[in-house]
Amino acid sequence: MKEKVITVKNLVKKFGSFVSNDNLNFDVYQGEIFGFLGANGAGKTTAMKILCGLSAPTSGEVKVGGFDIYTETEKVKRNIGYMSQKFSLYEDMTIAENIRFFSGIYGISPKDRKAKQEVLLKNLDIESAKDSLIGSLPLGWKQKLAFSVAIFHDPKIVFLDEPTGGVDPITRRKFWDLIYEASDRGITVFVTTHYMDEAEYCNRVSIMNNGKIEALDTPENLKKQFGAKNMDEVFLKIARNTE
Amino acid sequence: MISIQNISKSYGDVQAVRDISLEVKKGELFGLIGPDGAGKTTLMRILMTLLIQDEGKATMNGLDVIKDYKKIRKIVGYMPGRFSLYQDLTVEENLNFFATVFQTTVAENYDLIRDIYVQIEPFKNRLAGKLSGGMKQKLALSCSLIHKPEILVLDEPTTGVDAVSRKEFWDMLKKLQQKGITILVSTPYMDEAMLCNRVALMQKGNVLTIDTPQKLVENYSRKLYAIKAKDMHRLILDIRAYEKTDSAYAFGEFLHVTGKEDEVEATEFENYLIKKNHTDLLVMDHHPTIEDVFMEMM
Repeated sequence: MKEKVITVKNLVKKFGSFVSNDNLNFDVYQGEIFGFLGANGAGKTTAMKILCGLSAPTSGEVKVGGFDIYTETEKVKRNIGYMSQKFSLYEDMTIAENIRFFSGIYGISPKDRKAKQEVLLKNLDIESAKDSLIGSLPLGWKQKLAFSVAIFHDPKIVFLDEPTGGVDPITRRKFWDLIYEASDRGITVFVTTHYMDEAEYCNRVSIMNNGKIEALDTPENLKKQFGAKNMDEVFLKIARNTE
Repeated sequence: MISIQNISKSYGDVQAVRDISLEVKKGELFGLIGPDGAGKTTLMRILMTLLIQDEGKATMNGLDVIKDYKKIRKIVGYMPGRFSLYQDLTVEENLNFFATVFQTTVAENYDLIRDIYVQIEPFKNRLAGKLSGGMKQKLALSCSLIHKPEILVLDEPTTGVDAVSRKEFWDMLKKLQQKGITILVSTPYMDEAMLCNRVALMQKGNVLTIDTPQKLVENYSRKLYAIKAKDMHRLILDIRAYEKTDSAYAFGEFLHVTGKEDEVEATEFENYLIKKNHTDLLVMDHHPTIEDVFMEMM
């Protein structure tokens, strides 16, 4: 039985009287690719912020990487990686500078950093660009780099917030190759996306609606449960249900 | 209705738009399809008279984007890429503001926006900044229509929006088209291309091709297979290692695969994969989608 790397019990988050997360219960297992889906306004971003230690719950138990989200927030942050469409790397620093900066934050020694940096650059086939400013790189490269830097410190879990938004279809798929590789290495991937085909690549998917989790299972089982051809249909059936 | 002739625009060293020419007919729903960096936003800003081109000429309903910019601004509705309404005004206040700026009233052209606005009317006293993504879109669309424009220019209106709201939004566009409005819309979502009358596939400042989505799919020249098996991750690695494979990409629960020659048969893939111990194997002929077309052209 695989280890649980995220446990969420009765998570509630309120903003005034508005209940953004309404009693969430779920676990994420080590090495899983866990899709966290939901319509805009469903409460996904709120939940993700809580899991990343950026926001405190109103009530409920949350453990990330084995650490308690209320009392061990800094340990949580040290043991996770994060990447979103909106922020990834510093545009006005080079690849090498960004790696040095993030290595410093996560406490990676210069010796380790140099070795890992070589591997990273080789894997992405961008050794020649190491002194290029991030801002000068094509978006596809930025995305892949951002992901690689997000897992540079070998975190247990990496949170990806719509990482492939706006990117061309080939780069989008290459990005998922990277996600698979990370998962093979035992890194748990917690990803949100609006691309329903990407939902199919996840081991399990949860779908939020109006603050609650309305479905949580493998894509295969969800399609059976909702009598749907693909994840797009599953999503439509759930999201339209409350309108 | 919209005429673009040899338009080029650079930002320093970056060539955002390279010698683009295209025409949009009156009443058409025309899509600019392509990823970030394709030049869609730059092109639209030039048409909206917000940016001046380096070279070339463009007209909106016969009006030149440089000489007649003031006249153009009266007849075009615009929804820029990021939510740009007033976050600290309510839904109703935003709508009234835009109506006033265009020297009309909400009542005057209300039937144009009614179908859209009724969905957000219950929230009319909510601050625009507190709306969900889908509702912001609907408000922005209403504000762009309030002066009954002849042309609507929408820059990635569905980016970052969930699948349900995206579908609803395109339903609204189709209805607006039926009311005679010419619509130019950009999107990185390939499936939305199918909903346009004609599309221009764009990448890195260039137009790759312009045609109806149906013709683009028809003209796709390769033989395409859809393949799946129990272990999808291993499947893609094995298929890519096969010497007869040209390309293999994930498309949801199937892989889309082309052979090095179109004569490579389904059975050849099947036999290879069975030898690799794949179970629950399915290999089928598959009709290409716009995404397959785009990826082939890239």
